[in-house]
Amino acid sequence: MKKYFVLAALIACAAEAQNRSGLEFASEEIRRLQASDAENPGMLWVDQGAKLFAQHCASCHASMKGVATRYPAVEKGKIVTLETKIREKMPALAYESDELLALTSYIAHESRGMPLKVNPPPDKLEAGKKAYYQRRGQMNLACAHCHEQNWGKRLGAETLSQGQPNGYPTYRLEWQKMGSLERRIRACMFGLHAALPPYGSEAMLELELFLAWRANGLPIETPAVRR
Amino acid sequence: MKRRDFIGSLTALAVSPHISTTDPLVYSFTKGKPVRPGRVSIEIAPLAENGHSVAMTVKVDSPMTASDHVRAVHLIAERNPVRDMAVFYLGPDCGHAEVGSRIRLNGSQRVVAIAELSDGSFWSDAAYVEVREAACTDGG
Amino acid sequence: MALARIDLPREARRGELVEVRIVIQHPMETGFRREPQGERIQRNAIHSLVCRYNGAEVFRATLSTGIAANPFLRFFLRAARSGDLDFWWLDDDDVQGAAKAHLVVSA
Repeated sequence: MKKYFVLAALIACAAEAQNRSGLEFASEEIRRLQASDAENPGMLWVDQGAKLFAQHCASCHASMKGVATRYPAVEKGKIVTLETKIREKMPALAYESDELLALTSYIAHESRGMPLKVNPPPDKLEAGKKAYYQRRGQMNLACAHCHEQNWGKRLGAETLSQGQPNGYPTYRLEWQKMGSLERRIRACMFGLHAALPPYGSEAMLELELFLAWRANGLPIETPAVRR
Repeated sequence: MKRRDFIGSLTALAVSPHISTTDPLVYSFTKGKPVRPGRVSIEIAPLAENGHSVAMTVKVDSPMTASDHVRAVHLIAERNPVRDMAVFYLGPDCGHAEVGSRIRLNGSQRVVAIAELSDGSFWSDAAYVEVREAACTDGG
Repeated sequence: MALARIDLPREARRGELVEVRIVIQHPMETGFRREPQGERIQRNAIHSLVCRYNGAEVFRATLSTGIAANPFLRFFLRAARSGDLDFWWLDDDDVQGAAKAHLVVSA
């Protein structure tokens, strides 16, 4: 009998420590916008991505359903994201260009509602995990200080989220357009007055891989809306 | 002061206009005609998390017939650097005087909507929105 | 040409009120923002938008920088005859945009 109480307590603890999407910390207005495909401006990038995919990719690639749940991935010993894979074939697409955002938004949207399921070799996670817990910048804070130890609490007028990546690319009100996870990470680092890792750099890829693995189980929400 | 005058002035205060009719922006389309509070209603959250995009709906109580309809709805943000936000031109073919949009608000302020009816009269509503700022600087 | 998404019911009965929603991809640049080096980013916003239903104007808007980026508009029209909804817009850079949707109206 005692065993079952212990098990129940453990499950209750696990539930408390459960991954929560940024949507849970968002205002009513943001939740409303995200839920409405007719109003969510992010859908404009998804539409654009669908067109680009049909034009440039469909001749070789079949359906993209489920693909985004497995990225970032480790292929041939290197960390790859949707962006790096697309840029391998189309290097002319610059980071944060509308075209690249459109394609990644379209591909992620094709997995909307499906849980993230990245499965990297454990040794590839070490660097990203270390980066997550490393203090940085003038503020001398690590990602973990806000997003692991203090999520749910207030920072100014905002409620800190767990910093989950499941909604990216995301329509951020602050950017007034669609943006990638890398842009968001750089924005966070800017807030810490830390050096910004360049787009597509190894440091960035390691962190993205760890963030996705940490978020495993959360459903993809692209195009999410965030503040 | 006579009691009648006193009550008159109290009534005037009670239904005081949302915005001055001598305000150059308002004057540009009302030409000094009175703008009466009423018949218009602004639906907007009293607290906006982010000033870049605030959802808003304006409704005007009107049958929207050929002889009695809303001609235009003017939207003004009192403290935006550019105060005139939009003018929506409607007509009987709309069937219903309701327009929704998302606006930008440069800080906490009042939003005023002025409707021009087919009979040439002007009606208004105003709503105050508290606008929050981001906690961290984004830097793009 | 700016992308747009139009949302309205595919069909309606004659005389019924139809809710139309459109969101257009456009930065609605205010002219107040600055580049990282300090230069002002020039104002460019959609200033005129018209919606015609079966060729007749049913909704028109003069927009300004106070309308949020990727402008969203929602309005109503009364279903009359089956036909096209033609949207047209123009921005400060004199770039036009257009989008179309079709409404089927039954008796």
